[in-house]
Amino acid sequence: MSSNEHPAKPVVKEESFGYDRKTIDYIRNAAAHGLYEIRGMGAKRRLPNFDDLVFLGASLSRYPLEGYREKCSTKTVLGTRFAKKPIELDIPITIAGMSFGSLSANVKEALGRAASEVGTSTTTGDGGMTQEERQSSKTLVYQCLPSRYGFNPDDVRRADAIEMVIGQGAKPGGGGMLLGQKVSPRVAAMRTLPAGIDQRSACRHPDWTGPDDLAIKIHEMRELTDWEKPIYVKVGATRTFNDVKLAVHSGADVVVVDGMQGGTAATQTCFIEHVGIPTLAAVRQAVDALEDLDMKGKVQLIVSGGIRSGPDVAKALAMGADAVSIGQGVLIALGCNHDSYYRDGAHHDATADYAALGTAPGYCHHCHTGKCPVGITTQDAVLEQRLTPKVGARHLKNYLKTLNMELTTIARACGKQNVHHLEREDLVALTLEAAAMARVPLAGTNWIPGVSGF
Amino acid sequence: MERMSFDLAQVPLREVNTFLHKDAPSRGVLQVVVTNPDGAHNIAVGLDCPVDVEVHGHAGYYAGGMNKTGTVTIFGSAGTGVAENMMSGRVHVKGFASNGAGASMHGGLLVIDGDAGLRCGISLKGGDIVVGGSVGSFSAFMAQAGRMVICGDAGDALGDSLYEAVLYVRGNIKSLGADAQIEPMTEADIATVKELLAAAGMQHDPHDFKRVASARSLYHWNADADQEY
Repeated sequence: MSSNEHPAKPVVKEESFGYDRKTIDYIRNAAAHGLYEIRGMGAKRRLPNFDDLVFLGASLSRYPLEGYREKCSTKTVLGTRFAKKPIELDIPITIAGMSFGSLSANVKEALGRAASEVGTSTTTGDGGMTQEERQSSKTLVYQCLPSRYGFNPDDVRRADAIEMVIGQGAKPGGGGMLLGQKVSPRVAAMRTLPAGIDQRSACRHPDWTGPDDLAIKIHEMRELTDWEKPIYVKVGATRTFNDVKLAVHSGADVVVVDGMQGGTAATQTCFIEHVGIPTLAAVRQAVDALEDLDMKGKVQLIVSGGIRSGPDVAKALAMGADAVSIGQGVLIALGCNHDSYYRDGAHHDATADYAALGTAPGYCHHCHTGKCPVGITTQDAVLEQRLTPKVGARHLKNYLKTLNMELTTIARACGKQNVHHLEREDLVALTLEAAAMARVPLAGTNWIPGVSGF
Repeated sequence: MERMSFDLAQVPLREVNTFLHKDAPSRGVLQVVVTNPDGAHNIAVGLDCPVDVEVHGHAGYYAGGMNKTGTVTIFGSAGTGVAENMMSGRVHVKGFASNGAGASMHGGLLVIDGDAGLRCGISLKGGDIVVGGSVGSFSAFMAQAGRMVICGDAGDALGDSLYEAVLYVRGNIKSLGADAQIEPMTEADIATVKELLAAAGMQHDPHDFKRVASARSLYHWNADADQEY
């Protein structure tokens, strides 16, 4: 190179695919702290989901129903197998289990109020049943979790159904966490723990191991409630085909399958993003298991994990679910990740509080800190006042009503008088992945990868 | 006092439990005798009144589970999870108990005259367990509150990840679990052991017991903690 020649200026900066800025951040954090990241919400990575399916509305070969006028039933009955008193809901959209501790008492009350108004159920969570949620919920499902925090036979008797929680989609194989800042005196007392400690819930139940034991445990719950209440079994989605079969074998009335998009209040990021399978893949495996056992319609299936909209509900039902369960979407309806909160008749800007957590509205997953800028995932006496039960319940009721209207709109367009008549034949896939996972044909073809030849 | 007897060889368990939940309190029946249990699971679960239940023979899983104010005496051995999640009252196993005895108990007194299997007192949240014999490995795992008196030996990993429960052991401890430590017996501890032995009807010198409690080093996340446990 002669001395008067300019060196070539690079036109682009090349970011490494393997060591992108996110990965560099991750390694720096690990090196600085020696601890893994713990956060809230579910998987953030791009996953095949219900958006990858579309409905084949009626046309000449099928006959649609009038959009608004003709009847389309949404009534949903859960727990018909053994329970003397099955759960009867007006809509097939339920509220997922979320703990008092992760959520404030105000939020638990808001969930109960809204659910009761639209005729659906709410669910307790780790840490037991609060007065607020029992009083405000017409239909309340009581979870029996590995930790057994606050588990009380009086609450079993006061509940409308019992849910044996084996695992959660955000962390199948792992127990819950509640970091010290959220272990307030009330939370600590309910969980029989010292206030302020970093609480790690067990990942295994203390008094049974394996499906044969679970059958006896479920039998205990039935004897305790004189066979009145439905027993649900909730599994995080992994080996779903086998797990659903074993849940049925164990005597479940209802199986709840939670896919990896399911939310959490505090879990290791490595768990959230790398353990479990997407809801879309799980729902098909679950339905296959029920059909294989000839239990479809006898044991009901609830699907959760990333159900956000009416179309999501409709697609889950068409795939074979009897109902869905929503956690994260419900919290967003209450104001999660909004830039402001509503109190005393006015909106108050919360962006500075997001910034103090090192985040911004739309990106926040800081549920584990207990410093929720909109007062949802907190035990702080000041922050929790940012969401009142009345305002929360109104927003949530609107959200649930919207989902239900969308669901019936789609069902009518497919010619169904009952949303439970939606079927797999009504669906096609937009991507190869979704076609393979859901085992419905790629749109415009009759090709199901792995099932039929192209 | 009305006394009722049920022969499980003749009467379905469901009938017995429904009687204990509904008729026993309403009719003021204070004593119920169950014969021929033959290892049936879930005998006398969910008691909610001060009824006295005698089981003559061996019981299966969860005998006396979730008991509240009742008294259950098993003249035989008990399967997994005897007295699990007991709130109050008393469960007495005259023979041996299998795994998870007294799991997640919140209150009451569980007495086991013989040995107990693995994970005795796992997830304990209150109440008292007195074992006349030895306990298996992982006993008192993640025990949060309450007291355990073990008159024999303890297996591996006793009190692993203990919170605030306190354990008293008369015999040998094969090994302690993570964060469990032996602490000196105070006068208050000796009085506690004496009181619990008396409640269980067992004769030992309280001075022969060791106290095991949590070192509380796992209460908060610590990057430098030795994770080799």
